[in-house]
Amino acid sequence: MAGDKSFFDEMFDEAGVPRHPFRSYHRWFADQEPAKLLKKAAEAEDLFRKTGITFAVYGQEDAEERLIPFDIVPRIISASEWTRLSRGIEQRVRAINAFLHDIYHRQEIVRAGRLPEHMVSRNTAFLDRMIGFTPPGGVYSHIIGVDLVRTGPDEFYALEDNARTPSGVSYMLENRETMMSMFPELFSQIKIRQVSDYPKRLRRSLSASAPRKCEGDPVLAVLTPGSFNSAYFEHAFLADQMGAELVEGHDLQIVDGRVAMRTTQGYRPVDVIYRRLDDDYLDPLTFRPDSVLGVPGIMDIYMAGGVTIANAPGSGIADDKAIYSYIPDIVRFYMGEEPLLRNVPTWRCSEPDSLAYVLDNLSELVVKEVHGSGGYGMLVGPAASKRELAAFAAKLKQRPENYIAQPTLALSTVPILTKKGLAPRHVDLRPFVLVSPDRVEITPGGLTRVALKKGSLVVNSSQGGGTKDSWVLED
Amino acid sequence: MTTLGKTAGGLFWMFRYLERSENLARLIEAGLRISLTRGGAAGEEWRSIITTAGLGAAYEETGGDYAAPQVVNFLLRDRSHGCSVLCMIENARDNGRVVRTAITREVWEATNECCIMARRMLARPVREADLPDILAAIRRHSALVRGALHGTMLRNDIYNFARLGTFLERADNSARILDVKYYLLLPSIAHVGSLMDNNQWETVLRSLSALHSFRWLNPGDPKPIDIARFLILDGRFPRSIIFCIRKMHENLHWLEREYGDRLVSQDLARQVLDQIEQASIERIFEGGLHEFLQTFMIGNRQLAEQIERDYRFTG
Repeated sequence: MAGDKSFFDEMFDEAGVPRHPFRSYHRWFADQEPAKLLKKAAEAEDLFRKTGITFAVYGQEDAEERLIPFDIVPRIISASEWTRLSRGIEQRVRAINAFLHDIYHRQEIVRAGRLPEHMVSRNTAFLDRMIGFTPPGGVYSHIIGVDLVRTGPDEFYALEDNARTPSGVSYMLENRETMMSMFPELFSQIKIRQVSDYPKRLRRSLSASAPRKCEGDPVLAVLTPGSFNSAYFEHAFLADQMGAELVEGHDLQIVDGRVAMRTTQGYRPVDVIYRRLDDDYLDPLTFRPDSVLGVPGIMDIYMAGGVTIANAPGSGIADDKAIYSYIPDIVRFYMGEEPLLRNVPTWRCSEPDSLAYVLDNLSELVVKEVHGSGGYGMLVGPAASKRELAAFAAKLKQRPENYIAQPTLALSTVPILTKKGLAPRHVDLRPFVLVSPDRVEITPGGLTRVALKKGSLVVNSSQGGGTKDSWVLED
Repeated sequence: MTTLGKTAGGLFWMFRYLERSENLARLIEAGLRISLTRGGAAGEEWRSIITTAGLGAAYEETGGDYAAPQVVNFLLRDRSHGCSVLCMIENARDNGRVVRTAITREVWEATNECCIMARRMLARPVREADLPDILAAIRRHSALVRGALHGTMLRNDIYNFARLGTFLERADNSARILDVKYYLLLPSIAHVGSLMDNNQWETVLRSLSALHSFRWLNPGDPKPIDIARFLILDGRFPRSIIFCIRKMHENLHWLEREYGDRLVSQDLARQVLDQIEQASIERIFEGGLHEFLQTFMIGNRQLAEQIERDYRFTG
């Protein structure tokens, strides 16, 4: 049952023997009737549909909401693996927040010659408006989702730092609920670390960054672009679970120097806004004037200490794919330590030598848009046809600064349940990190995304990926 | 927690749509009964059902005749006019999504399942043989949403907004059905004590799920005036006009107590209620049943608009 030898399989070693973290699970699995398990898998889908955990796929007219496929075989991480990983994540997240503070203040990293000046000044994610301003509690990126991939027993890479508005945490929580209701016996047999207090922690973490003008218990709101947004389910889910209001731009207005929401009894101030809206749409007076999703004047109130916006506007510069290649230096510069998580070697196509290399080796590389996300607009060289490669090369030459390239990583696999039994598929992992003025908290586990198509390396749900429950074992 | 104006409006509309879908399903059920028992009179009945639903012009446009399969599919699943049972249920769910944080998981899931059921059962044109099952499923799923609401929701402002939507829509529906059929009741007034065509009055009562209750209270041969009194003024019947307006008055009263603020809508509801409580069926017939119902429906609509303003549903 061992997977393809050229990829690291997390469940089975080369001899087909279950690896340590999967042993108890595998014993249980071996006792199950395959037909019954397949039936359970179908039940899981019904559960998700009933709960309404759906997303809309952009660009599809018949916008029936879709389910993200769920695989019932968990991804299991040992306690010691998790300890190492979480140290690396915390280091990276602290460095990112320090970096954001620095580039909006003295820009020491540029002065020290460790980051070229144009990487900041010419970056569209850099907001002039934030220069010299320190957000409440000094936190820029409150909620971060660091995408990790694994290539070997001890080889973890940070692939992306989602420092703007990472999504997927509702799937992490619902996947666990579903597993617990379908296989309660597993959870009594195996000691698995809990994830269900995430909403409570999120509430505490956001409250800890309340603005100066907040009086009493902070009033929290989740700002959503609306019920037609692909991640609306998650926005409603989080608001519900943490006891926050779920607001849209038109529910908010500036009243007496505060951001206030229209309630049945008039306008009431909001202290902390967890926005699930890009910077561009936040304030039509400051950014896109055509935005109807944001709140006119909210930036002024923010600057005057009337409201906290999480994540802070301008945080996006830290997860920019061109900045990504500098993260190891950023960690060294602010933390005075060697980075614990590896960075994937990255060619910045804006540099002529790199561009030439990328064009010569296109069929072996993964090329991404600097500001892209969701797997859109990227090229996976080894999987692309000659025609696709040629078309992409043309795009690259036209706007090289828009792209970065990375080697195709040999992503680890975890089996999924298919009609023919277990079959290895490539996975990544997005742990969710909460940053408040006094602490960094990482929920044990995170969201495992899995490419359901055999051999595919693209795990994004918009590209046919699914998810798995992710277990971190207790010691 | 405070309640957003948008949320209050979303709840109000969610339950209006649910009530409306259920009422329309009940009308279809009554029509189906007629076409099964009295084939000849069915065309007229379908026509009046379409009028009650306010879809006369839209149906004429389709060029369909007033026969069961066309009318039933038009009312159940046609998306072109936006008022079919399927559209209503989808609208209710969309509103449910908007107010997801204000309702319990049980209420949301019951609503979502209602919609999943409707989309599945109404995906293709409905065959006559399947109709009873479909109508039963709609009734059952509406009951599940209502049950979840009763069993799991806090009795606070949120609950009152949901109930206001239900009773506003229900009162309007009862008034409409009576208004469309008022001519059935009228001729017989001239000859007090005369009997109505049995099937006709049965349909009126059936379309309001009132047949059993009415018979319980009036075991003898039904008189038109008793039917009208029952549907307008009997406070024991949960779809009578007086029952609905009393409930709305009560819900608004709870809002007044919770918010500590008396608003225009509370006075308006009091006025509408006073008019009905002081009325007798004889005086209503004297002044004209149609006129009475029209006045009531206008007042009901104004009340809805006032509630929307008072509680800042939109701005």
